[in-house]
Amino acid sequence: MPILEGRGVTRYFGGLAAVSDVDFWVETGEVLGLIGPNGAGKTTLFNLISAALAPKSGSIFFKGKEITGLKPYQICRMGLSRTFQTVKVFGNLSVMENVLLGAFFGGEGRIASADALEAATSALTFVGLSEAAATPARDLTLANQKRLEVARALATRPELLLLDEMMEGLNPTEVNRAMALVKQIQEKGITVVMIEHVMKAIMNVCGRIMVLHHGAKIAEGTPQEVSTHKTVIEVYFGERADASR
Amino acid sequence: MEKKTSKKGIILGVILVILGALVPLFAPVYTVILLTSILMYMTIAVSWTLFSGPTGYISLASAAFFGAGIYTAAIVGMALPLPLVIVAGALASFCVALLVGALTLRLKGIYFVMFTFGLVELLLHFILWWEVTISGTTGRVVPPAGNAIVFYTMLIIFVILLLTVFFIRRSRYGLALLSIGENEEAASHAGVHVTALKVIVYAISALFMGAAGAAMATRWTYIDPKIAFNPLISFMPVLMAIFGGIRPLYGPIIGAAIFTYLEEFLLTRFPYHYMLIFGIIMVVAILYMPDGLIGLTQRVWKKISRRRYADT
Repeated sequence: MPILEGRGVTRYFGGLAAVSDVDFWVETGEVLGLIGPNGAGKTTLFNLISAALAPKSGSIFFKGKEITGLKPYQICRMGLSRTFQTVKVFGNLSVMENVLLGAFFGGEGRIASADALEAATSALTFVGLSEAAATPARDLTLANQKRLEVARALATRPELLLLDEMMEGLNPTEVNRAMALVKQIQEKGITVVMIEHVMKAIMNVCGRIMVLHHGAKIAEGTPQEVSTHKTVIEVYFGERADASR
Repeated sequence: MEKKTSKKGIILGVILVILGALVPLFAPVYTVILLTSILMYMTIAVSWTLFSGPTGYISLASAAFFGAGIYTAAIVGMALPLPLVIVAGALASFCVALLVGALTLRLKGIYFVMFTFGLVELLLHFILWWEVTISGTTGRVVPPAGNAIVFYTMLIIFVILLLTVFFIRRSRYGLALLSIGENEEAASHAGVHVTALKVIVYAISALFMGAAGAAMATRWTYIDPKIAFNPLISFMPVLMAIFGGIRPLYGPIIGAAIFTYLEEFLLTRFPYHYMLIFGIIMVVAILYMPDGLIGLTQRVWKKISRRRYADT
């Protein structure tokens, strides 16, 4: 059974279909890549899954339960956590406090303070930020702020993690570290869906890729299948862009 | 999550409270009355800061909650003993804030500020209308309590408030309030039930304003809607908190103490120009002390200690 499933998910902005009748599923334990040109509806789809937005029609199921209509905090507590395309760390709070918040509130039921502290500490160690625990989050580099968002999401003890352009704006070394981090997250047994423009990362990390264009799903499959898919190439490079010619 | 609050601060607070409790035994009546006003403003300023400080939602409804406490005291004052009057005033404000919070805390920025201030006027005119058309009066008499009794009542309310604020700030909910002020969307996606937390803490802060209102009503003995819902009460706590410093717990306390004394001083010395002087002091404070008196003291202290270090 897929851990996440969407049927006919649709959302309009004004008259424009940002996400239009998209069916999708995510298998437990996989890393699914979500790609597409700018404005394809990738982030909107994340917003619909995490309930930042409500879909106009269609339904979304997480672990077999329908989650359409729930509030973001409820979805987070069920085990579905996310990061943001433009980082939304709590700048004036310390790195530790950022992660503690996720540990205290993001899990199911009430957690003891000592357990929350332990969860936060281990999440920080996992992403490699334990040295910076006392630093205000605003003083971190962009790469580290993105890691901090991952740590905050991990501290909520998720089963499924949505990563929104975690590698955007990072230098090549940072991209490599971020790729390694995604693989480590997968090894922890956490399912990952990631939006990414860095093709190297997508091709290396994802087991399966789904392509959106103008709000509709145009292709899905393994990285090899997608990268040779005729429509996908057309969408990215325009028609008649055949490398053999 | 403020574990830094030092033991020294707690001990100092306990000593001050005990000293304060002894004041009516030997001080003149004037001092007791002045201290009661200071305690009242401290209570309003600290409870305002409890919610508006970390979340950044600037509420101008303090006068509405304070007035709800006053009016409740006026309505039930004849029938109930003093402690129950205070509890009734507190609960009335709590309920008003729950209702208002649930309706308005989805508003942000200036819209929230305007609505909360509108609430003061709304309640004022609703009660005015009610009194004129239904109960046929414009003023009410509250059974008076002695100066010392009002003072002790305010002191007890203030101490309970301090303990409440202290524990909320140290708890996970204190952290959650800060995260709401930082980024509400991220907080909700990290599992915080943002709406519920905001509404409940807003209501808790109103609870203490209502209690203070009910206590003060027994000193003023005669009240009407215009006295009870005085818009100045909405602005004072904001100014006091800014003046003292919003972040540390003692910021609004010091701000309220200095402000109330300053107001009293200027009012007696310069009865015609006191508002003008007060305004100038306020403008200077906002321009040159963005972190309040506490921030200024810390800056000056850092400079002094650095110079001392450089000399050696």
